Amino acid sequence: MKTNFTDEIVKKFAIVTIMWGIVGMLVGVFIAAQLAWPALNFDIPFLTYSRLRPLHTNAVIFAFGGNALIGTSFYVAHKTCKAELFAPKLASFVFWAFQLIIVAAALTLPFGYTQSREYAELIWPIDVFLTIVWVAYAIVFFGTIVKRQEKHIYVANWFYAAFIITIALLHIVNNLQIPVNWHLSYSVYPGAVDALVQWWYGHNAVGFFLTAGFLGMMYYFVPKQAERPVYSYRLSIVHFWALISSYMWAGPHHLQYTSLPDWAQSLGMVFSLILLAPSWGGMINGIMTLSGAWHKLRDDPIIKILIVSLSFYGMSTFEGPMMSVKTVNALSHYTDWTVGHVHSGALGWVALMTIGSLYVLIPKLWGRKSMYSTKLINVHFWIATLGIVLYIASMWIAGVMQGLMWRDINADGSVVYSFIESIKATYPYYIARFLGGTMFLSGMFIMLYNVIKTIKSDKVSGEAA
Amino acid sequence: MDMSSGWSIYIIVLVAAHIVGYLWLLFTSSRMQSDEHKDGDTTGHVWDDDLKEYNNPLPKWWLYLFILTIVFSIGYLTLYPGMGNYKGTLNWTSFSSWEDENKDVMAKRAELFSTFINKPVTEMVKDTKAMEIGERLFANHCSTCHGSDAQGAVGFPNLTDNDWLYGGDPDTIIQSITAGRNGIMPPWGAALGDEGVKQVAAYVKSFTDKSQNVELAAEGQKKFAMFCSSCHGADAKGNYMFGAPNLTDNTWLHSYDSGIVETAIMQGLSGKMPAHGELLDKDSIKVLGAYVYSLSND
Repeated sequence: MKTNFTDEIVKKFAIVTIMWGIVGMLVGVFIAAQLAWPALNFDIPFLTYSRLRPLHTNAVIFAFGGNALIGTSFYVAHKTCKAELFAPKLASFVFWAFQLIIVAAALTLPFGYTQSREYAELIWPIDVFLTIVWVAYAIVFFGTIVKRQEKHIYVANWFYAAFIITIALLHIVNNLQIPVNWHLSYSVYPGAVDALVQWWYGHNAVGFFLTAGFLGMMYYFVPKQAERPVYSYRLSIVHFWALISSYMWAGPHHLQYTSLPDWAQSLGMVFSLILLAPSWGGMINGIMTLSGAWHKLRDDPIIKILIVSLSFYGMSTFEGPMMSVKTVNALSHYTDWTVGHVHSGALGWVALMTIGSLYVLIPKLWGRKSMYSTKLINVHFWIATLGIVLYIASMWIAGVMQGLMWRDINADGSVVYSFIESIKATYPYYIARFLGGTMFLSGMFIMLYNVIKTIKSDKVSGEAA
Repeated sequence: MDMSSGWSIYIIVLVAAHIVGYLWLLFTSSRMQSDEHKDGDTTGHVWDDDLKEYNNPLPKWWLYLFILTIVFSIGYLTLYPGMGNYKGTLNWTSFSSWEDENKDVMAKRAELFSTFINKPVTEMVKDTKAMEIGERLFANHCSTCHGSDAQGAVGFPNLTDNDWLYGGDPDTIIQSITAGRNGIMPPWGAALGDEGVKQVAAYVKSFTDKSQNVELAAEGQKKFAMFCSSCHGADAKGNYMFGAPNLTDNTWLHSYDSGIVETAIMQGLSGKMPAHGELLDKDSIKVLGAYVYSLSND
């Protein structure tokens, strides 16, 4: 197999994806342990939950997810456009600059340098640099699309394109700040407007980073591994346009029963409900791709990972609209149910899709016939899936319990339980969640071992490449 | 507050355009029969050697699900606020929904309160139900500073010892809860000088600590009469009117450790009990006052 530039750069992205995935999840497991055993912060400021939580979210979303998305988008664009990457030097810049941003995040967040905007914690100088890197990324991706040798643009690229354009828009609008000094800045928006902008950003980070981008990944790796055609072209069209337009409106559901005007809260809920079908469109198109080849679910653990990922996607995109309904939200908001919901998407959909895609991608990139051990992929699948189930089930129970405890009032109108009592009642679930997270993290180590063995094994040139 | 009608129209048009857009998308793509490609055939496009696409019709159940959410949305936006300034036929607001819920709670509570609320505080303390409610109110509103056992902390008075800053009769307790208290002890360092501070401190401590230097305390007593007695009283037994503590007993609001008396004289002290009249209704405050009263009047 002849190696080309694209393969080389995608290799780098694949490796750092696994690396940052392990780092980010390790921090996650650590802070999960802190909730169960608070003494684990050792009274050291940069080890406290409040400092490490943004490090965890940034690491798993932007370092793990981001590298997976940029890397696979380069690969998919290259393959489906039958073209080498546009501006290879710029692509290299994107890789190294993006890693630099991640390191900068790790060097600022634990020391308290933050904008205090959820998922947009990075301080303004890093934000400015990220804008430049993102534009460079867009130039490489769209440049490759423009110089394609295929007449039609494959559906995976639509989703990657939507992801790249929208993230640029979200990032810039939400981070409009007036700097005071090198690390401190203030938002240009006042009060409730600021909150709305933040959650317009926050929910679309889910919609475009963690959904549209990963649907792009799904549309390439699922049919590729299943060796079956995508189920329905027209379903792709309908769910693509419906998905990207309705996601834009869903943000206000994070602000139900707040000082946000009622009309905005209602629209947030209505469009979140409309979002259900477009989301499931992607799931159907992915899962039904296997129709006529269901036996692969039995034989191929990679297919199993990809299909279970799509199932978790379907489940969390059902749960999300339900949680946006005002009356449900009144119970679920501010509880650990939200945390469970996020992780059924983050671990179940995003991480499993990444893991499955990497298992397809890595042997191809390094010119191996297959991964070193199929058995270990199977082990990884089971430990990860059971870990997710343990995680989200414990958070569901904990969340509903907290919601019910908080709203329980005595006949005299006073609350039955003080806040601390609800925390105390959550302890067993914190421990169960910690175990679930640990299982998922162990799966990542199994993957790392399998990947190292694959790369180090004798090169087998065959039809696999 | 309403937005300007320009923004309102903008929102209505945008929302309507989206909903119509979805219906159009569904309509055209379900009508898009596989003229060019029969079911079972792919669209004919091939990418990366083997990536192909069928063009299966939209699954019926999925189509109906999509339409159902749209129908629901149209219904919801007719009944509830959402379309700009349009209020919805139900005239619902999140505030009115809270008000309704609160009305129910308050009605139930009034029924419960009616069994004891008209009793004088001295009688109310004998009502177990009232005291249970008082205890819960205390846990929610007072325990952060005064402790869940009401025994206070440094700077926060113990409410169980019948030693009062402003007075412990029911009316005064209720007044303290309703309007709060601002206790201010001015700094005397500049007026007394270092030596004077030491003398006054010796005098103040000598009530409970017989090991104090007698001459120092005697000098202190003179200065006390000049500077301190107007609030703490000539006999140093305090004054409810100013919230000035009795200095002759062994109860210390700010503890009695390592030079705190000297520091207090030199730099002054201040204590703030926040007003709860805006946070709690009159009846709750009465029950709460009765509970606090009961802590030292069994």
